[in-house]
Order: sequence, then structure tokens, then C-alpha cells
Amino acid sequence: MARAFDTGVRPQWCPGCGNYGVLAAVRGALAELGLRREEVVAVAGIGCHGRVTEYLDVNAFHAIHGRAVPVAEGVKLANPKLTVLVHTGDGDAYAIGLSHLLHAARRNVGIKVIVHNNMVYALTTGQAGPTTPRGLRTRSTPYGSVEEPFNPLLLLLASGATFVARGFSDDVQHLKELVKRAILHKGFAVIDVLQPCVTFYDTRGWIRERAYKLEDAGHDPRDFRAALERSLEAERVPLGVLYEVEKPAFEELALSPEHPPPALRDLKARLPLDKLLARFE
Amino acid sequence: MSGDELAILVGGPAGSGVFATGTIAAKALVYHGYSVFATNEYPSLIRGGHQWFLVAARWEGSAMAHRRRLDAILALDERTVELHAGRLKEGGFVVCDERVAARSRAGNVVALPLSELVEELGAPPVAVNVAGLAALFGVLGGNLEALLAAIRSYYRGREKTAEVNARVAEAGYREGAKLSGRASLKLRYAPRGKRLLLDGNSAVALGLLAGGLSFFAAYPITPASPILHFLAEVQREAGVAVVQAECELAAVNMAIGAAFAGARAAVATSGPGFSLMAESLGEAAMTETPLVIVDVQRAGPSTGLPTHTAQGDLRFAIHASHGEFPRVVLAPGDPVEAYELACEALNIAWRYQVPVILLSDKFLGESYWTVDRLPDVGPEEGPVVRGRAPPGYARYRITESGVSPMALPGTEGARVYANTNEHDELGFLTTDPDVVKAMQGKRWRKLAALKEEAEKRGVKEYGEGRVALLVWGSTKCVAMEALRELDGVKLVQVVWLEPFPAEAVRRAVGERRLLVAENNARGQLASLVREHLLREPDAVLLRYDGRPLDPEELAEFVKANAG
Repeated sequence: MARAFDTGVRPQWCPGCGNYGVLAAVRGALAELGLRREEVVAVAGIGCHGRVTEYLDVNAFHAIHGRAVPVAEGVKLANPKLTVLVHTGDGDAYAIGLSHLLHAARRNVGIKVIVHNNMVYALTTGQAGPTTPRGLRTRSTPYGSVEEPFNPLLLLLASGATFVARGFSDDVQHLKELVKRAILHKGFAVIDVLQPCVTFYDTRGWIRERAYKLEDAGHDPRDFRAALERSLEAERVPLGVLYEVEKPAFEELALSPEHPPPALRDLKARLPLDKLLARFE
Repeated sequence: MSGDELAILVGGPAGSGVFATGTIAAKALVYHGYSVFATNEYPSLIRGGHQWFLVAARWEGSAMAHRRRLDAILALDERTVELHAGRLKEGGFVVCDERVAARSRAGNVVALPLSELVEELGAPPVAVNVAGLAALFGVLGGNLEALLAAIRSYYRGREKTAEVNARVAEAGYREGAKLSGRASLKLRYAPRGKRLLLDGNSAVALGLLAGGLSFFAAYPITPASPILHFLAEVQREAGVAVVQAECELAAVNMAIGAAFAGARAAVATSGPGFSLMAESLGEAAMTETPLVIVDVQRAGPSTGLPTHTAQGDLRFAIHASHGEFPRVVLAPGDPVEAYELACEALNIAWRYQVPVILLSDKFLGESYWTVDRLPDVGPEEGPVVRGRAPPGYARYRITESGVSPMALPGTEGARVYANTNEHDELGFLTTDPDVVKAMQGKRWRKLAALKEEAEKRGVKEYGEGRVALLVWGSTKCVAMEALRELDGVKLVQVVWLEPFPAEAVRRAVGERRLLVAENNARGQLASLVREHLLREPDAVLLRYDGRPLDPEELAEFVKANAG
């Protein structure tokens, strides 16, 4: 039997790349939720992750660098019935497209953002990025990076994200469950997925040594302050849902309930032009 | 005493109600039966500075643009007297409060106790503007009921404010009427039924709605924000989703995502925002996602003169974004065309799956014209696949016309894959030289049909003569006004700027002397004439000080260069 959500195109990532794990987790989550490919849209940005739209058999939009999030917001607002996933990288989401991510979080648009965070620019052959640790030598930082990385989980919590989680590309089963929870969450959800870049920055051993599951540690994802504490951990790497709260989604608040969603509007419906023009008389 | 045409100016600092008063004056004159044109100038400030609102009215024919000479001025401060009194015609006058008059030295001042009057009525001090306007109408022998109706219309939904202003207006009018001998003209009054006083920005918004707009995203920017304001106001009754994005990059990408999903989407911005959208223009083109971008031009480069007009983005609109792809650039010349072309822009975008740029400008966007009726236009869906996709559906199917049927996500049997990478018929990334060439060829084949439409509908001609005056965009209105003073001039307006209707322009101009007038420093339309007609214009008039051309200077230019 053919694999679910498989376009049949053979993935071309480096052997051992974290993207394989993310792809497997997403396919599994969609299948277990019983979604059909027609109901799902994946929007990808630019970076190694971007090729996911070649392999994941759902509707897809491979956007320009940094703009996957607003494209996805447009899709979701035009047709809220669709499940809208964003695949983005640490460069795409945390550098060039950062403001979109934080504003989508603040708005609580129902898009599900999966950040392929390998802490380095890989497709452009190895430069430092916003989550690259200080001191790392890369092609753009031959003397070691002198910049502090920022903490994406802390930033997303501060931005009002209603679902913040962290996954690890090697733990496919765990990541799959996170993706399922993100999809079932109402509103904006983000999963920062730590993954090694086997070619430019192999963090596999580093992550494995420090990772632990939040659900095993008695963490209550409804507790915002506890989530903040977990996001600040430096020595250990928490995996799982840091924070989840239910709030109205932007599409529920912003779209007029008397009209069909923008993508499903009947063009033959008459515009109340006379009424609109009254103010100009 | 003639009241066949007149021009009045209201001036004062920002925050003194210059716009409110000017708009009321314009509406009141429409209610009198005049054809009215109104425009304004303001600094990028919320309080202070100097701003003015000019209303030009004409009893016969249409008022199309501003005039240099004025019949009356309502001065809300002494600076207005200093700056504009020199423009008064013989017999013209300034109406102002006694306190303003005490600090002014102009001779022809009608000083009235306006602030006293406002105080006696217990109205807020700012109401001195309406008191002054009413006094001005009193001096000119205007109709009080028409003025009161204009006040009530302007303050629709704010009944208390409307009534306070109406009482102030009645008192001001009585003061002015005592001095009606002062004026050398008397306002005419013979209402002509319902007519609209429409600004270019609202006309664009209405036209987009007429074209089936269902998704609009924007980031605030002068002078395009009124489009956002209007659509936000009517979003519920018109059934359009309106999003204020965090920046123009977000706005245009939201629109692209929405259109990909099936919404009729547009964005509106000005030059700086359009510059930011440049990369995404190519994104829409490469993914063949229908998109309309409205650029309400302002004077650049960079921040430039944020509240002043220009036609400096023409070449940029034609060439913006890297790589090569077909696009359409349209430029309306007045609010009726703005309405028509905004609707048409959405239809073209969906018929051909190309980005369409609608070039307006501050002068068109924020000036007002009297409009009898709007043309009957509406949405056409274009080749959209809904319901169930045919077997073997491919989003980028190579077709003879270059246009591939567009399925929407959610369509049974279709995987809709849009890709900013070069791609094959199914949307999969490719670098295969044959496929790359075939896809470029497919996209460019749309040009033939677009060019045909441009040649058919892209050029408008007015009048006849041995001199051709070539214009684009809002300069058309200035030219129409100038044409009253000219004989033997044929006005040729280019409405489609890309693809350029070279044959239609060539036919319209013929062997005539060719004069070009535009609101930029380098003569961008003139450069298109050189490029496409291989002809050097006989003379070019350029204005690039942030102000629209004056009808008077345009008439002088034509007379001096008629050959």
C-alpha cells in the first residue's frame, strides 16, 4: 500500500537530516486525524525544509523567503474550513519573517506553524542564524559568532501565542502527537522542532543528552508562568506542549458571520451598491 | 451678477476642521445644482501647520479641476489670508472671525463676530469654521436649506453634532446675508436630483467591491489609507474580509494566500509600500495567482512628500520585481474610471491569472468630483474549477492561451500546488531546460490576449484638433479643464500602460504635433512613447513639486507649443 500523503517524489535531503522525521510525523498526524489531502494546505518557505511541499501530498504553496506565514493566514481567512500548515525554518521564521510569526501569534489565526529549527542556515551552505549559539564557527562567522541567539519559545509566549510546543525530529512518535494536538487546537499553534543539520551543525547528540518530556515532568500547559520557566531552561531541553490556552480564533472574530467565507462567496450575489453610495449623496 | 462658476478656499491649521468645512461646502454646492470639484493640501501633521481645501463649482458642464483664481476665502487663521488673499479675483473677499481680521492686513476682508456667535450658542470653539462657511454662503446669497442638508449629510450618524452645527450655521448665515451686497456674484440654486460627490479612493474601493472583492489587506499609508477606512467601514454590509496587516509584505502575501484559496483579493498602498511588495509581485506572477495592487502614488523618492501628489511610479509599476513576467498596469483618470477599472482589474487578474497594478495618485485619490451615475460593471469569475476536478488535473497545464484552469484547495480530486520555484504542469519544482522554457512560454502567451485588450480599450480620445495632448492618470482631469480655454487640441489619454497600446496611441495621435504632460520629473509616459512609437514628442510639460499641474499652466504650455 502506498504511504499516506506521499506524492511519490523521493525526498532529497542529506541522509540523517531532521526533515525526514518531521515529514514522517506530519504524514502520520494527518492520517491519524483522518484528514483528506483536499482539506489540507501546506505552505512552505525557503530553506531545506521548503521541499516538504514536493513530498507531502496535500494542497501546497511554496512561498518566497520569509512570507509563508502571511500566505497561510490569507488561505485560512479565505477558507477557514481548510487545515493550514506552515513549514518554515529558523531563518525563514525567526530572521527574515519574524514579525509575521509574532503577529500571527498575537492575532490567533488558526494556522499551524512547524519551525524546522536546525540553528543554522543550511540551504545557503552554512551561515549563522538567529538561533545559532554564540561562538559557533560558520562560513559567515569564521571567528565564531559574536551574537547572542534569541529564545524563540520565550518570544512566542510573550507574543500571545495560544499554543506553544517544542518537538525533536528524532522522536517521530512524540512529534506526531504534538502535530495532532496543534491541528486540533483552535487558533494559532507553533511547534519549534529542534533538528540536527548533519552537514553544517550536527546537534543530534547535544539534543539527545539534554531532552526530556514535559508530560513526564508534571508540567501543566495551562500555567503560563510555568511555561515561561520551562522556556528559560538552559541546561535541559524540554519537549512537549509548554503552553495551551483556548481563545477565540481571529477568523471567528474577523469574518462576517452573515456571509460565506471569502473563497466560497457567490460572485452572483448582488452588491448593495445603492446603500453603499448613499453616503456620497 | 454671474454665479456660473466660482472657486472658494477654506484654509487653516490642521485640527481646525478645514476638511469638514470644505467637504460641507462642496456638498452644499452640489445640492445647489452645481457640478463641483474639490481638492486639498495638507502637511503630514495632526495639529498645526497649514492646510487648505478648495472647492470649484460650475453651473454648465463639469468642474474637473482646481483653478488658480479664487472668488472667496474662508480663513480660519491669519496665515490663510497671507498665503491665499493674493489669488482673489477682482471683487473677491475673505471671510474670517474678527480676531483673525485684527491680525491681518489684507483689504478685502469681511470680519464677523464668529467666535462670539459660537460662544453665545454654547457650541465648541471649533464650530467657528461652520459659522464662517455659513456666513460666506450668506454673503454669496446661497440657499440655507442646501447648506443645512450638507451639514446633516456630513455628520450622518452623529445627530447631536449635526444639530449644533446646524444652529451655528443658521446664525452665521444671517450675519453673512446682511453683507450680501459685498459679493460680485450670486450663487444659483436649482437642484438637479441625486448626484454623488465621489473621491478617487472611495471610487477604487467601490469598484473593487463591484468586481467581487472578498478579501482586502493593507498597512496604513498616506494617501491610500482612505481605501482601507472605507472597506473596513462597509465590510459587514459588503461581505468583504478586511485585515490590517503588520506591514505591506504581510498585506500582499495575505492577499496572495487568500487568492490562492479562491478569494477575490486586493491590496492598496502608496509608493513606499509598493516598493516593499515588489518581490511578492513576482511571487503572484510565478504562482499565477490573481492579484490586484492599488498604488495611490505620492511624491518620492523615499518618504518624499508623503501628503503630496505625483505620477512617479509608472516605470516602477511596469518593471518592479526581478525576472520577467506578464502584468497589467492600468491608470484611471477620474473617479468614474477608477470605479470601472478597479472592477476590471479584478476581472483581468482572474481572467489571465496575472498581477494587475492600478495606478492612482494623491490628487485623484483625495479629490472629489460630482458624479451622476456609475457605470454598470460586475464580476466575471474566469477559468476557475470548483466542485470536482477533471481526472489528471494539473494546475499549470500548458495551454494555447497560456491560462490554465485554476482549481481551489478543497476541490475534490485536485492537488493544487503553487510554487514560486520554476515548476512543471503539476507544480513540482524543475530545472529541466525544456520545461523551464515551456513554462516561460506558457506565461508569456497570455500577452497576446492582454495586448489585444489594451489596444481595444487602452486609449481614450476627446475633442479634435491638429495638436495631440497625451496624458495618463489624473492629469486627464487637469487637461479636461484646460481644454475649455483651448481650440484645436485633441486630448489622448492612455489608460492601459502595460501592455502598452502602441497602435492605438499611434492611430489617435496620427500626424499631429505631439505634446505630453505629466506629474513627474523624467517624463515617463514620454519615454514609453519613444520606446513604443519610436517618436520624439514635440514638447513635454513636467511638474514634480508635489502638486498637480494647474489647468492654467497646461493651457499656456499647449498654446506656446501648438506650432
